[in-house]
Amino acid sequence: MNNYSSAATEPGDAVTVIRPNSGWRFIDIRELKEYRDLFYFMVWRDVKVLYAQTILGFSWAILNPLIQIIIFSVIFGRVAKLSTEGIPYLLYASVAIVPWTYMSDAMTQASQSLISGQGMLGKIYFPRLIFPLTPVLSKLVDFAISILIIVGVMIYYRIVPTWNLLFFPLFLIMMMSIPAAVGMLLASLAIRFRDVKFAMSFVIRMLMYTAPIVYSASGMSTTYRFIYSLNPLVGVIEGFRATLLGTPVPWLFVLPGIVTSIALLIAGILYFNHNERIIVDVI
Amino acid sequence: MSNSTGIKVENISKCYRIGVKEEMPDSFAQSIFGLVKSPIKNYRKHRSLYRFDDVGPDMDNNDRPDVIQALRDISFEIKKGEVVGIIGRNGAGKSTLLKILSRITSPTSGVATIHGRVSSLLEVGTGFHPELTGRENIYLNATILGMRKKEVDRKFDEIVDFSGVEKFIDTPVKRYSSGMQVRLAFSVAAHLEPEILIVDEVLAVGDAEFQKKCLNKMQDIGKTGRTVLFVSHNMMAVGRLSERIILLKDGKIAMDGDPVEVVSSYLGEGTTKSALREWTQPENAPGDQAVRLCAVRMRTEEGDIADTVLTNQPFYLEMEYEVLQPGNWLVPNFHLNNEEGVRIFTTLDVDPEWRRRPRPAGRYTSAALIPGNLLADGKILVHAAMMTPQPFIARFYEHNVISFQVIDDMEFDSARGDWTRRIGGVVRPLLKWSTTYSSDDAAEDAGIFKGV
Repeated sequence: MNNYSSAATEPGDAVTVIRPNSGWRFIDIRELKEYRDLFYFMVWRDVKVLYAQTILGFSWAILNPLIQIIIFSVIFGRVAKLSTEGIPYLLYASVAIVPWTYMSDAMTQASQSLISGQGMLGKIYFPRLIFPLTPVLSKLVDFAISILIIVGVMIYYRIVPTWNLLFFPLFLIMMMSIPAAVGMLLASLAIRFRDVKFAMSFVIRMLMYTAPIVYSASGMSTTYRFIYSLNPLVGVIEGFRATLLGTPVPWLFVLPGIVTSIALLIAGILYFNHNERIIVDVI
Repeated sequence: MSNSTGIKVENISKCYRIGVKEEMPDSFAQSIFGLVKSPIKNYRKHRSLYRFDDVGPDMDNNDRPDVIQALRDISFEIKKGEVVGIIGRNGAGKSTLLKILSRITSPTSGVATIHGRVSSLLEVGTGFHPELTGRENIYLNATILGMRKKEVDRKFDEIVDFSGVEKFIDTPVKRYSSGMQVRLAFSVAAHLEPEILIVDEVLAVGDAEFQKKCLNKMQDIGKTGRTVLFVSHNMMAVGRLSERIILLKDGKIAMDGDPVEVVSSYLGEGTTKSALREWTQPENAPGDQAVRLCAVRMRTEEGDIADTVLTNQPFYLEMEYEVLQPGNWLVPNFHLNNEEGVRIFTTLDVDPEWRRRPRPAGRYTSAALIPGNLLADGKILVHAAMMTPQPFIARFYEHNVISFQVIDDMEFDSARGDWTRRIGGVVRPLLKWSTTYSSDDAAEDAGIFKGV
């Protein structure tokens, strides 16, 4: 009848099979690859839209963590005089608050991603995994800009990076894996139970105090250290400090966190994919 | 090649949970207990939204009040290159079927297989962001609909051209008029080149001229040998575009075949149901010793009994009755109400031949011709009555004897003109409009704007 349909029957012809919800699945890499352009544009949309119609634009990416750093430096550094292993508090707080701001922003946004995207969910299909993963990438732009704070503070205190910096990418990946995993878990939970939205603000606040962001973890007794470091945030923050400031990498704090973040990631993917097919029906 | 399968649907069913009235606590203690128990209840309720273990395998015979079956065991096959329309009343399962085939929701049971690259279009402008410019939204929307970036690069100029918003392409779409937004969105959609296209009701967008442009585009898509599956209420479009129509009714396939046959059967469907009422046993018939009602019908211009009529089509309301006692002056009359219970109008028999005349015994049929372009679309309920004016006697007055649907035909020569969205009012007459024009100069000369 026409050459179009004959072309379509060549080998490699896409076949979609639609069935009732079925069990647990891992990531369909081929499908994700198929939709990589969409993924790119979703991230790009997030970035473009974030500071639309603002005067300061991307300066907000610096301003927000900067103000927090200043407040913490005054309260915890000057007033409460928390121990920072001899490192100036401003420096100490900067290297922790910058990745923390990224993680908490990305986590919050990822956990709400399905709810805020429900208009799209009911109208078109694409791998739903793109929803929680979009903020994980788009928030990286803010993160990259706010790195300037760290650079500035390091220059001010004349800190020269050491070979430790080679480990930095590891902590960068770990830093991204946390909002990715938590986002996938909470997004699919939030679509069923809106309680997540209400719980999110205190979860974020709690996470902040369970990680050594405003204080130092070095005083932790060895009995609790293992349990404490199961929190992957601990590893990320300690890792950032060590790699950027050149202090020895505290692997005892980092390794348990790596294991938990991998476990969380796997759990997140499985749980998300398990719920993917029912999202529209329960929204 | 055209005989290979494009879409194969096997025994697809889909259940939905609907809300049922909850028990009300009738004591303080009970309401406290209910409050404590509510998290568990809420959890169960959420869970039941997607679990149908309790319904059982034979879902056809379930009498559960909280489960509805949008689709019941649907099977069909669409060959590559076929253009198939799906029609049916509201709630017949059309949209559910499209949602399953576009993978938005999954079936409760059954399997569907699609061969080829699919694009589904259940809405135009999915993912449009008001803050982004036209250019940016084209890229975003196109990739959401399944295009690759390279493809968009290639077709970009064509898309912009088709939409007619070249001038504003770098303006955020929040500054666009709604018409411009829709046009831009449709242009993107129209340039999809999937092997299989799934479309839902998106034809009813934009102004009349743009609609025609869209219809032509749809026709072109069909002609290129692509498989197209679409749902529409626009009978004209369905008939024009498709080679085959599937009629859904209560979640099942009621008819599948030639467009003309299916559409006419759909429009004339249920002839023995709502548009006709007959009383075969005299003792049950409404009336008194003088006159008895036999039947009430709605007929199209062609004389067929139908329970649907297009807004611009005239139709007859007909009353058949038997006069038992000769010598009475009788006036048959109809009262038309809409679904909200608003009386649209009352019409009395003013046929001069029988006016103020005593009628001999026998069987009569009186019909009122209701012109086209009078009623608004919607359900019409008819009361049928018979009276003797002087001295006043109500011989019978039957509520809601028949009902029928007036369907908006969306023709461009109807009273809705170029307006394609919701339109209010209980009637929709086509009126003659005239406009007089005088230029500003003339008005100024007349001193109208001088404020003197």
